[in-house]
Amino acid sequence: MVQTLDYLKETASQTAGPYVHIGLVPGDAGFDIYDHELGRDIAGPKAAGTRITVTGTVTDGTGAPVKDILVEVWQANAAGIYPGKGEVEDGFRGWGRVTPDFETGVFSFETVKPGKVTGPDARPMAPHINLWLVARGINVGLNTRMYFGDEDAANAADPVLTLIEQPLRRETLIAHADGNAYHFDIRLQGAGETVFFDL
Amino acid sequence: MSNGDLIQRDRTWHPPALTPDYKTSVARSPRHALLSLQNSDSELTGPTFGQGDIAEIDNDLILNYAKTGDPIGERIIVHGRVLDENARPVPNTLVEIWQANAGGRYRHKKDSYLAPIDPDFGGCGRTLTDDNGYYVFRTVKPGAYPWRNWVNNWRPAHIHFSVFGTAFAQRLITQMYFEGDPLIAKCPIVQSIPEQRAVDQLVAALDLNASLPLDSIAYKFDIVLRGRRSTFFENRPEGN
Repeated sequence: MVQTLDYLKETASQTAGPYVHIGLVPGDAGFDIYDHELGRDIAGPKAAGTRITVTGTVTDGTGAPVKDILVEVWQANAAGIYPGKGEVEDGFRGWGRVTPDFETGVFSFETVKPGKVTGPDARPMAPHINLWLVARGINVGLNTRMYFGDEDAANAADPVLTLIEQPLRRETLIAHADGNAYHFDIRLQGAGETVFFDL
Repeated sequence: MSNGDLIQRDRTWHPPALTPDYKTSVARSPRHALLSLQNSDSELTGPTFGQGDIAEIDNDLILNYAKTGDPIGERIIVHGRVLDENARPVPNTLVEIWQANAGGRYRHKKDSYLAPIDPDFGGCGRTLTDDNGYYVFRTVKPGAYPWRNWVNNWRPAHIHFSVFGTAFAQRLITQMYFEGDPLIAKCPIVQSIPEQRAVDQLVAALDLNASLPLDSIAYKFDIVLRGRRSTFFENRPEGN
């Protein structure tokens, strides 16, 4: 026998289930309980940079919208700084919770466009928003990124996008740009399946 | 030696994405392989929360939605520690829970189970771990409830947990089960986890030492988040 490694094992994930809203966004579940719900305001009123709106739909392997999805976003400010890593504007959280309309499955959130942040080996990464998806039927939260369709040069040099071997799959991470409005659909499975990460 | 990247997630320990006995996973699981990413600031930073974000009463589900009196059900305390894989406590991190009431009914407009809503029970709570990584909630023990998977599927009594840690890549949602519940072995969601030891880690132990005599029974549930790798030496740049 050899010595025992005394590391603990990470607690195994379980699906967030159909009623995730009760715990994380109770207003969506139909009742108010907390003085203020967390994750409703990503950038805050004082954040510098371009105000943007992101809309989209998460669809399953049949093409149906996933109406009970909960998406958490994590992003840097317009200067490319994450809260906790450097000074950011007062009220800039960089984090938020997004749920779609229960009837249509369309989600929407407002924030500021993030700046470039430093990637592995000190190479700059193109502006992006980190996303984490949990829902009924998803056993372990899915990590992905949204890049911006009006950042062609930065995207072409991005160390993460260029890790994706198949050029067509890179496109699944790039939001369609229309001025300050971006459209980003996420496909969990099948044709045009979004790239998900093991972080 | 400095704090480096996170210890790689053991995806043979977690449930795989596609677990057909849990039917919803069939159309909601990616078919392509996950793309492995080296950690950067995007993964190694994460949101932080303070006492100003939550209220004192938020961890007390007996009181935080009481309208006419106490909720009906078995009064319990759920407590434990949030640790990382290096067995270090994770202090000041947000722990959120949600659950059904004693009859297995959720206060959610999409839950139509015939068991009644409890007028005095909301079913969610949140707290920050203390300097030693400890958290505590007071609640009622949730009931089992039926769900449309197989014709006669029942979820074991469970409490959903959401935990943050210090990095976005540590983000975890899981479920806590109760010691001795015979439904645990029958549940396709629990059994999506391949290893029995990993299932056992989700089962809270009855903790009489923390029970309040003549008041509340206690269960202890520790949660382990990903740890940081120690970086003894700098990486040689790729290609050199």
